[in-house]
Amino acid sequence: MDMTITEKILAKHSGKEKVIPGEIINADIDVIMCHDVTTTPAIDLIESNQMKVKYPERVVVMPDHFVPNKDIKSAEMVKKIRDWAKTNKITFYELGTHGVCHALLPEQGYVKPGETIICGDSHTCTHGAFGAFSTGIGSTDLAAALGTGKLWFKVPPTIKFNINGTLRAHVYAKDVILHILSLIGVDGAMYAAMEFSGDTIRSMSMESRMTLCNMAIEAGGKSGIIEPDEITLSYLKAHNKESDKNKSFDYLKSDQGARYLKVYDINASDIIPIVSVPSLPSNAKKASELNNIKIDQAYIGSCTNGRLEDLQIAARFLKNKKIAKGVRLIVVPATTEIWKQANKEGLLDIFMEAGGTVSTPTCGACLGGHMGILAKGERCISTTNRNFVGRMGHPESEVYLASPATAAASAVTGRITCPQLTNGDQHE
Amino acid sequence: MNNHPNNDSPIESDCHNNACSIDINNLTENKEMDQKIYAYAHMYPKDHINTDEIIPARYLNMDKEEDLAKHAMEDLDLNFLTKVKKGDVIIAGEDFGCGSSREHAIWALRGAGVRCVIAKSFARIFFRNAINNGFLVIECPNATEIKDGSKVEIDLDSGTIKSGQSYNFSPLSDFAKELIKCGGLMNHIKNDNNKYGNN
Repeated sequence: MDMTITEKILAKHSGKEKVIPGEIINADIDVIMCHDVTTTPAIDLIESNQMKVKYPERVVVMPDHFVPNKDIKSAEMVKKIRDWAKTNKITFYELGTHGVCHALLPEQGYVKPGETIICGDSHTCTHGAFGAFSTGIGSTDLAAALGTGKLWFKVPPTIKFNINGTLRAHVYAKDVILHILSLIGVDGAMYAAMEFSGDTIRSMSMESRMTLCNMAIEAGGKSGIIEPDEITLSYLKAHNKESDKNKSFDYLKSDQGARYLKVYDINASDIIPIVSVPSLPSNAKKASELNNIKIDQAYIGSCTNGRLEDLQIAARFLKNKKIAKGVRLIVVPATTEIWKQANKEGLLDIFMEAGGTVSTPTCGACLGGHMGILAKGERCISTTNRNFVGRMGHPESEVYLASPATAAASAVTGRITCPQLTNGDQHE
Repeated sequence: MNNHPNNDSPIESDCHNNACSIDINNLTENKEMDQKIYAYAHMYPKDHINTDEIIPARYLNMDKEEDLAKHAMEDLDLNFLTKVKKGDVIIAGEDFGCGSSREHAIWALRGAGVRCVIAKSFARIFFRNAINNGFLVIECPNATEIKDGSKVEIDLDSGTIKSGQSYNFSPLSDFAKELIKCGGLMNHIKNDNNKYGNN
């Protein structure tokens, strides 16, 4: 029977020849990532049930939400996880090697095509960019998977997004996913796997593919996935762990006759710079039509858009410029390695010279944690993934979602600004 | 809400005080699956109520049910805690619980006394967190017509909610029922070691 790439991975991991959407399976888990917010309850559950971590070598701890510890409570939480990791011989990414987990996991070589990946975080769908089945789960799920090496799933139906054609200048993966969200709504892919294909995707970098898959959850999706190709392979070669250098991985593809719940055909050249206005990620507006909206803050970072490519794009709009008076620009490289590389390339200087500030990697303000919280009535243009009520601070503050280009262009003018209408970089 | 059901309801909610110290021995059978539930309804009929509204991320430096309960629904309705009583139900629109994977959303609601959420539909991770915790969730397309503060009778066997008129809902899948019945995923694993690879 013909299957989608998602069905193939789930069949293989549950010891079946085939699986069909709706079926409940118990799948082997290859990678379990733990961060600071959802792990402590899982540790308690394992211990209160007298279970042990079954495969410590498949687990990695990457604290990121309130890192560096924002207060005593978060410090206690991370300490508990650090001690637990040490006791169980689990790899722990300490401050100085830290990063936003969804950027750090692939960078450190943990994401492989054909594998199953879980984390107690909804944006775990990011790693589908590598042709893996990767999904966000809760703390009880995390405890179950840590204790047994397996987890139950309802096999999702797949919705396919065929995206073909060339993206216009200053239109990026972020605009593509915001465009898709505006087409299908925040529950348009509920419970489904979102498979992205077409020549636009084939020419995208891994960073851009991660941006795309990262926001599958914002359509209610269980996962996002892209068939692996040469671009995937070259990223993996550059980021392989030493122990994986000679291993082979499953470069699966969807079969010709695979069944899809729905297929969308999207012309890439129809997509323009988009801003999602409060309070749903699907509330897309043309960036060019929002020029009357003043901003107090521009935030460039997160698991959606805090990778090197994103910082390079933002820097093109900020080089030799000053941000508008009264605007705060916060740039958060997503991992320590990205921070170092951005520094080496002079990007951090560009941000600082423009009047912005650069922080250490953290999820920080994206979820209203710390390092850039909004006051009542304040407005932020942000490269993050959610613009829910109170997401970055006071319930009466506002978040506008955009690409790094749009966020950077807006920081310069102090108003939401379409990057196509600035005299920013034209070397796309 | 004067005549609150907690003053006369025969049902005792079995909410746990601490998300992280569930007593496995006392949870092997969740009896509420076999009986009718009488409760008062708190109406939040809008769609896409997200986990940031149910428990804002600024409180995620805590993970104990009693701490989280103090902030349940805070960014949606500041008065929620003054209205809700033990054993009540929330009725909402589409896609309830969308957003983050935080199980804290379930614990905050349960800690505040909510025994069940009825919604037109649920976001995926919220739904799995609910049944993994043995927390009752019901998908009902028309229950949003019910008036705030009304008394409701939920019959899990027949799949109906009565409040003046009757509203039908599709029963939970067998797997979800199984999880709720045994008090959540951890109990299920204990009851079924082989299936979960403890070999």
